[in-house]
Amino acid sequence: MKILVCISNVPDTTTKIRFAGGNTSIDTTGVQWVINPWDELSLTRALELKDDAATGVKSVTVVHVGPATAEPTIRKALAIGADDAVRVNAESPDAYFVAAQIAEVVKKEQFDIIICGIESSDYNGSVVGGMVSEFLGIPSVSAVSGIKIENGQPVLTREIDGGKEVVTVPVPFVAIVQKGIAKEPRIAAMRGIMMARTKPVKLIEPVPVDSLTQIIEFEKPAPRAACKYIDADNPAQLIDLLQNEAKVI
Amino acid sequence: MSVLVYTENWEGKFKKLSFELISYATGIARMLDTTVTAVSIGKVEESELKKLGNYGANKIISINNDQLAALDNQVYASVISEVSVKEGSKVIVIANNNSGKAIAPRLSVRLKAGVGSGVSKLPLNLNPFTVYKRTYSGNAFAHLVIKSDVKILTLAQNSFDIAETENKATIENVNVPVDGSMLRTVVKDVQKQSGKIVLTDADIVVSGGRGMKSPDNWPSLVELATLLGAATACSRPVSDEGWRPHEEHTGQTGKIIAPNLYIAVGISGATQHLAGISSSKYIVAINTDKDAPIFEAAQYGIIGDAMKVLPKLVEAVKERKK
Repeated sequence: MKILVCISNVPDTTTKIRFAGGNTSIDTTGVQWVINPWDELSLTRALELKDDAATGVKSVTVVHVGPATAEPTIRKALAIGADDAVRVNAESPDAYFVAAQIAEVVKKEQFDIIICGIESSDYNGSVVGGMVSEFLGIPSVSAVSGIKIENGQPVLTREIDGGKEVVTVPVPFVAIVQKGIAKEPRIAAMRGIMMARTKPVKLIEPVPVDSLTQIIEFEKPAPRAACKYIDADNPAQLIDLLQNEAKVI
Repeated sequence: MSVLVYTENWEGKFKKLSFELISYATGIARMLDTTVTAVSIGKVEESELKKLGNYGANKIISINNDQLAALDNQVYASVISEVSVKEGSKVIVIANNNSGKAIAPRLSVRLKAGVGSGVSKLPLNLNPFTVYKRTYSGNAFAHLVIKSDVKILTLAQNSFDIAETENKATIENVNVPVDGSMLRTVVKDVQKQSGKIVLTDADIVVSGGRGMKSPDNWPSLVELATLLGAATACSRPVSDEGWRPHEEHTGQTGKIIAPNLYIAVGISGATQHLAGISSSKYIVAINTDKDAPIFEAAQYGIIGDAMKVLPKLVEAVKERKK
């Protein structure tokens, strides 16, 4: 069985977001780029499955759609333990374009399980995984918080309102994963970092696809009103404010 | 031409978010000078279906088919896409929740329709069609132009006020045949906690952080939540420590929520935590550290030890309830 993990290259989640070009783009000066947090957890779970010989998982590949500047993030994924990587050499104009490129990669290389994080922490779109599955006409399972392989059969846990469902689905399929898929992201060890240097990164040119959306402007969130402080000895006043001023209880 | 809305029901009853979706779609329909068509999948009584009309749905299409009992993303998307083509819909409105996130992207590829996900306002402009959406986990908002002929919008929860209008709705029962070969996801087991308030649907959330000091201290927080009819949540360190289940983790990598009231108890408010809760209408912070960033996000704050403040809050709510 072959697993493909889709990774996005995003600003570190503690980055103070500033704009550039008359608020049309993000100022990337000094920004630390990282693997999107959910993708990092996806990769961790994929590697755990590969580590367990009983699962029959033979390889874990990562795919990224982006320019050469994303190489360090791809190398990091290899250092964590991915066997190889594919980079589709393109600036990604929108999710539809990215998903179409990933679908092409899957068609050529025949993966069994394709894992995508529920969203990227930059555009918060939550659409790439679902789009990939529809481009390929294969099932997708979303809000996945667990993946196991029992007797060669993938068994997934997905979150539903007020609970969980355990589902099975035939390969190939796309798992769109969220919190819970792995406990903590795996960290690259020195040996992994050394090995990553020689692991193959296959470069692919994009297929022509028209993007469907475009960001034309960014703005800061509206500032919040200053905090009103209530005496710690008199929390009844808080209840009063919530009831009569905010009118939320 | 109508604006199409995919509504969600919970065991035959519509969720509040479905009324938000209809209200939002009605706003767009007014801008476009057209009507609203609501789609309901599953077994819903006619009296319940009719409620969608109270918020502006002109036509309600009810699809009740045994094969649609369990959510299968692929099948649901194919059904909704078929209806949207028949209706000639140029705008499709879906919730930005688990099922919406599962269906919208598949619909997008089927219809070659751009998606604006997590929109929280009516479109800023019709030409070009521009929507306002959350990016960078709430640290920025984007003006996104959707260039395709058909547009799909997923509405951020609790971001649009419900508005009632005169009910002029007609109901149509439609049978959409399902291609059985597509039904490949098999549900083996369901674990549902009945009676528990769903965190992502809750109007009020009481959330605990490391300032709670020990999992043994949770009963007072749970008591406050019960008294307020609130769901319980927690910060990432708390779920990582295993003090609370990871389903309760709110924050960038956990649940993104937008309740009317979020009470953060012993949570300092790291950027990643705020990313999950910053869309709450009101935030209350209880923390010993007066410089904790949570106070910058909060409208109401108490500087004090959660262990001392919580019992007093519980008493105050009980007193108020008498």
